[in-house]
Amino acid sequence: MSIDMSQFYQVFFEESAEHLASMESLLLGLDLDAPDPDQLNAIFRSAHSIKGGSGTFGFTDMTEVTHILETLLDGIRKNEIKITADMVDAFLQAGDVLKGLLEAHQNGTIADLAPSVEIRARLEQLTAAGSQKTEGKGQKTESAAASGATQTAASSVQHIYQIKFAKSPAIFPKKTDLDTLLEDLSNIGKIENKKIAAKSVALTLITYVSEEELRETFSFFLEPEQLTVTLIGEQKAEEKSASSEDDLGYGFFVEPETLKAEAENAQGYGFFVEPEALKAEVENAQGYGFFVDVEKKADEPAAPVATAVQTEDGTPQRRATDRAPAGGAAAETSIRVSVEKVDQMINLVGELVITQSMLAETASHLDPVLHENLVNGLAQLERNSRELQEAVMSVRMMPINFVFSRFPRLVRDLAAKLDKKVQLKMIGEGTELDKGLIEKISDPLTHLVRNSLDHGVEMPEERIVKGKDPQGTITLRAAHQGGNIVIQVIDDGAGLNRERILAKAKEKGIPFSDNISDADVWLMIFAPGFSTAAVITDVSGRGVGMDVVKKNIEGIGGRVEIASQSGQGSTVTIRLPLTLAILDGLSIAVGDQLYIVPLSFIVESLQPKAEDIKEISGQGQVIHVRGEYLPVIALHQVFNITPRATNPVEGILVLLEAEGKKVALFVDDLVGQHQVVIKSLETNYRKVVGVSGATIMGDGRVAMIMDVGALVKFAQA
Amino acid sequence: MQISEGQAANSNSRELLTFTLGKEEYGIDILKVQEIRGYDAVTTIANSPEFIKGVINLRGIIVPIVDMRIKFNLGNVTYNELTVVIILNVANRVIGIVVDGVSDVITLTAEQLKPSPEFSATLDTQYITGLGTVDERMIIVVDIEKLMTSRDMELVEAAAA
Repeated sequence: MSIDMSQFYQVFFEESAEHLASMESLLLGLDLDAPDPDQLNAIFRSAHSIKGGSGTFGFTDMTEVTHILETLLDGIRKNEIKITADMVDAFLQAGDVLKGLLEAHQNGTIADLAPSVEIRARLEQLTAAGSQKTEGKGQKTESAAASGATQTAASSVQHIYQIKFAKSPAIFPKKTDLDTLLEDLSNIGKIENKKIAAKSVALTLITYVSEEELRETFSFFLEPEQLTVTLIGEQKAEEKSASSEDDLGYGFFVEPETLKAEAENAQGYGFFVEPEALKAEVENAQGYGFFVDVEKKADEPAAPVATAVQTEDGTPQRRATDRAPAGGAAAETSIRVSVEKVDQMINLVGELVITQSMLAETASHLDPVLHENLVNGLAQLERNSRELQEAVMSVRMMPINFVFSRFPRLVRDLAAKLDKKVQLKMIGEGTELDKGLIEKISDPLTHLVRNSLDHGVEMPEERIVKGKDPQGTITLRAAHQGGNIVIQVIDDGAGLNRERILAKAKEKGIPFSDNISDADVWLMIFAPGFSTAAVITDVSGRGVGMDVVKKNIEGIGGRVEIASQSGQGSTVTIRLPLTLAILDGLSIAVGDQLYIVPLSFIVESLQPKAEDIKEISGQGQVIHVRGEYLPVIALHQVFNITPRATNPVEGILVLLEAEGKKVALFVDDLVGQHQVVIKSLETNYRKVVGVSGATIMGDGRVAMIMDVGALVKFAQA
Repeated sequence: MQISEGQAANSNSRELLTFTLGKEEYGIDILKVQEIRGYDAVTTIANSPEFIKGVINLRGIIVPIVDMRIKFNLGNVTYNELTVVIILNVANRVIGIVVDGVSDVITLTAEQLKPSPEFSATLDTQYITGLGTVDERMIIVVDIEKLMTSRDMELVEAAAA
């Protein structure tokens, strides 16, 4: 293989992996009774893209598998073959085989070909069985013709809706908002009789999409009660778009001599027809909008599809993705950039912000009247650099769906293995978090989901006895909460068993007091080697895992909490910082040192009165704040520095809340509020207790960022 | 020793940056040196050993500063405008060391480098690559990477644990 080709390998590997992942998630989301043509098309496109790519790069083993996969998929989406659960299983298996082959190519090793031979046989068998069953039924989709508009849905009946919705500045703050909405509508159908009044908009929309989907389009702007959608009629799909048919033909390469026929054919169905049928076919393709004689088509079995496709094996292919109507738009609007470049950009912007604050500090000593222009310019520079920083940071942000998307498959496979019935709900997949976090959260989350499935959710019979729905539910929820991302794994299973955990703790020699709180009991399962599973399965129960989960999450500045109700289920809550790189903090001074306290932990700060401070012998001081007694932690004692103030009355108390506990931190002074760029101490040094990182202040000096969680723990010790 | 052999095979000689600590002269592989700069105000790290002075901001990178004079009880521990920090790039880390002074850059051939005798020096012999002689000066050649990542320096996580 030439060097030229190999430099594109990486892109192919990445893209194929993405295609495989999207194929998998689409397959899992497929409704077998009424498969959505869009989804089928998307699955087909994924398979096709992989085939195209692997053909180009000469990975024939992958091409062979995808080819058969594609043939079957093609039959399904053309309604020639009825999709069955068995097929979905086979597709998923094929996906796994492809993944294996892909990895093998990526690592430069020789893949085991046995599974791919097996899956090919299975797919071929399914294709044969499927096409026999439906042979003679003909194709329904042939009524297709073309219209100018691109239709994304392909149901054969167009609905005519009368739509009215309110229009006010509150709903559409900008004029362009309404335009955007109308544009969205024109993308899904044809707008007629549009009347835009001062307070309302009325229009008629002719579209293929269902009312439900239509309402979804509006949901971004409007509350349901502000919108009326009335179905006023239906119309047969005389004007049905050819676009969904168009792509049936794309990417099919044929020998030159058949090219012409094929090109004409492409409008049709991308397979060869008997010569005598060809004319009709061409006519059909050209004469858009004609209903084709169904009987004529019926005698064309599905088999020729395979022959036609066969010719492309090994021949270079163009990438088909770009032409795919749905996927195309997304592909064009994004570019693939290496993480290093983005990180470098983030670092540089961080530097810029620091330089900017240095300048601002220098300028603050100047007379604002004499240097008005400079001061104004600096203010603008500050605003611009902040915005630039935010924009650059957002590049690193990715929806958590990148992690969540693997779970439907995992839950499906695992549930089948354990003979449990489990449905997976995902809420807030669009929640964005830092790419670095995404990578690090996926393993802990996988552990938690497996645990919930294995230990949490009971067997169906057991659930029926308990009066629950035999099908268990595992919910993955992600949301922003203050400066944090909160990810929850919720199951409605048996919940944690207090007695069993305590018994196990005793066995392991972990000390605990008799009236230990539930929350503390639950935390015990994070101890190394702790598993209460009665039987060790190959799913979980070896007791490695939960401690790793905790360690991993704490390693990225997160916290884990468990809530559990016996018989009701348990909830594991992971709190993560929004991003690894930026933090809102309050700078505090102790002695000659400056520390940053993350703003998200600060409840309030106050100057204590002497009578509010109480001494507890041997326990240090507490402060009385609005009926609560909070322990006072003197920062200078924790960090061993010489303070300016030794009596809390002379300094400031910052009330912090972490892990459900409150403490008062005694410092000399509050300095100011900053947005700081977090720098790891561990890059060049090591972890320091009580410090979660460092940052560079406006004057170029380094300030430590405090680890409030560790401080709160210190108060308890 | 591996490093010296590897480089000796390449050129049969190696370039060293020499610095003084008290009366002793040390040499380190010049390729491990990123830059030399003056001593700046450092931010102290809570509860760290005395010889770790703290961290500085080196163009946006947080760099820990180790005072070798305190670590090895050599030289006068004063900080003024003449105090020198050698910024090292070892084991993918950036670390600064405070020394009494930087002398010069010398080239040492394999013949000039003698194995160090087994004596109890200030520096554990396992970090000493050998002794070099240049113009009547004895230079202690240090495997700075091995030293900096060692447990003694408390700079690296694994070693500290």
